[in-house]
Amino acid sequence: MNKLLAEEMYSLMVLGRAFEYAAKENYMNGNVSGFLHLDIGQEALSVGAVKAFEKGDIFSGYREHIIAISRGLQPKAVMAELFGKSTGVSGGKGGSMHLFEPSRFFYGGDAIVGGQIPNAVGCAYARALQGKEDGVMVIFGDGATNGGAFFESLNIAATHKLPLLFLCENNQYAIGTKITRAAPFKEQAKKAEPYMLTYSVDGMDVEAVYKVIREAQIQIQEGHGPVFVEAFTCRFEGHSVSDANSYRSAQEMQHCKAKDPIKHFQQVLRDSYLLNDDEIAAFQTKAQSVVEEAVTFAIESDEPDSKALYEHVFCEEA
Amino acid sequence: MLYREALNKALDEVMQNDESMVVLGEDVGLYGGSFRVTEGLVEKYGEKRVIDTPIAELSIVGNAVGMAIGGLRPVAEIMTGNFLLLAFDQIINHMSKLRYMSNGKVTLPMVVRFPQGVSKQLAAQHSESYEQMLCAVPGLKVLSVNNVNYAYHALKHAVLSDDPFIFIEHELLYNKKGEVNFDEDLDPFKAIIVKEGKDITIVSYLKMVDDVMLAVPEIEKALGQSCEVIDLCSLNPVDYETLSKSIEKTSRLVMVEENHKTGGYGNQIVSWAVEEMFYTLDAPPLRLAGEDVPIPYNRSLELSSIPTPDSIARDIIAWGQQNNV
Repeated sequence: MNKLLAEEMYSLMVLGRAFEYAAKENYMNGNVSGFLHLDIGQEALSVGAVKAFEKGDIFSGYREHIIAISRGLQPKAVMAELFGKSTGVSGGKGGSMHLFEPSRFFYGGDAIVGGQIPNAVGCAYARALQGKEDGVMVIFGDGATNGGAFFESLNIAATHKLPLLFLCENNQYAIGTKITRAAPFKEQAKKAEPYMLTYSVDGMDVEAVYKVIREAQIQIQEGHGPVFVEAFTCRFEGHSVSDANSYRSAQEMQHCKAKDPIKHFQQVLRDSYLLNDDEIAAFQTKAQSVVEEAVTFAIESDEPDSKALYEHVFCEEA
Repeated sequence: MLYREALNKALDEVMQNDESMVVLGEDVGLYGGSFRVTEGLVEKYGEKRVIDTPIAELSIVGNAVGMAIGGLRPVAEIMTGNFLLLAFDQIINHMSKLRYMSNGKVTLPMVVRFPQGVSKQLAAQHSESYEQMLCAVPGLKVLSVNNVNYAYHALKHAVLSDDPFIFIEHELLYNKKGEVNFDEDLDPFKAIIVKEGKDITIVSYLKMVDDVMLAVPEIEKALGQSCEVIDLCSLNPVDYETLSKSIEKTSRLVMVEENHKTGGYGNQIVSWAVEEMFYTLDAPPLRLAGEDVPIPYNRSLELSSIPTPDSIARDIIAWGQQNNV
């Protein structure tokens, strides 16, 4: 990884965290509603994976603000979507869980646990047929690996040797149910082992994430078929803003926050890339101003027009 | 030409001209399709475009959604209506909603086609009808196919459209004979007046249209009235214009459908007529539908569970006599 890329990833991580705190604040003051799933603590995974999978299509679940921003969606358009405004990436009709930008090869934004996985399989089939070798990355949580859609997808992707990267964000909790109470082992990559090459990585380490996703994508590009990557993370917040996080002890939370990926990467920036504290602080200042602009933009944007209710159900009127 | 051959021809013609079109489903390729609708396609277009899938309906539809996102034009075949239930998450949460949730950014040019309904003693898990559920979901265009000409034109339209279609066939119609008028510019959303009449409008779709037609001579003789029979064809959206013109002429409405009566599709048609045409109606609308029981195996119980030409004639005549039709 070169210095420029390291700086870009760090700036996205601090932007992502600032964005999430602003989203939370605006949820608390009533500007944002519905379900809001924050990615605080997991920035290394979202940023590292998306930057590493630079070309190709990305499908994700509903904890996807930082994934979307790392893919190049404008923070202000994402914030406006959270506010339900007409200038949001989905015109205010999707909300936090449904961000889409096909022009950036980003397809959401799915709020049915594991529901995006069969869609990613189909897209990977299309890419294989079209001879596009970069393939598809699908991001889902550990909870999704217990559902039928996941197992069907492993089977189909492996049978057709599809160019598909399964990325499991294992934060150990399906809302409040610890993974070991819902599955017989902690490592969900075991479920994929009979079907494909698997990797596991510390999802709190952005460099490690970047490296493993690059390697996995090369496997795909070389035509070896699907790959499964399991990244172990921990989220600093509850499942969503309305989850009090009461199922994790203070000690567990302390342990989790000790692995802060941003603090960890700051040290790397100092040691390996020789950035000084002022240079590092400048990224934070910049992120703060981008987020403030995004919030202002969202506040000042218009509500969707009443006729938007009926728009985009179909392409063609019958 | 047979109904299944007309469907096959529609698929074949689009595949010939559009390399992005693919067909996927259980046994659609080497086996030739459970009802032989996809027969011969794999030989022409290869296994990459005529895809034999595992028995995993959720993935058949879910993968079709992803293929459509990825720029293909997939036609997914589900072996029978009851199996479609395994794919309902993908149909309802994804296929019908991605366009709207993305504010028009995601386009899904795709078709899910399947047969449904009572065939012959296939019992409760292979005989049911699901149009009522599918039509309750905004974002899907739902077509039902009774005749050979419509089969060809409507399927071609559905495959070439950029919107997601549910395409409902009936197991007992695959060998139905008919002609295709290849020069016709058929609008698949327009209901078909199968038989003109002036006293009773009978609305139906799928196989029940044929059963109604078999019952009509006896009804007309017994009541001394003429029946107008309408095949709805498109179940969502509904061609209310054709229906209202007919009811204005006849002032009487009978709805005949194979699905269970409670929550059945015809509720929509009758409630529309009561809301919009109450003062035009000279008799309470009549709804003939399947009994509210799972479909039984035994042949005579099975036939008692759905409308048949005999029961349709008997029930419409009784209703007519009771209401001075």
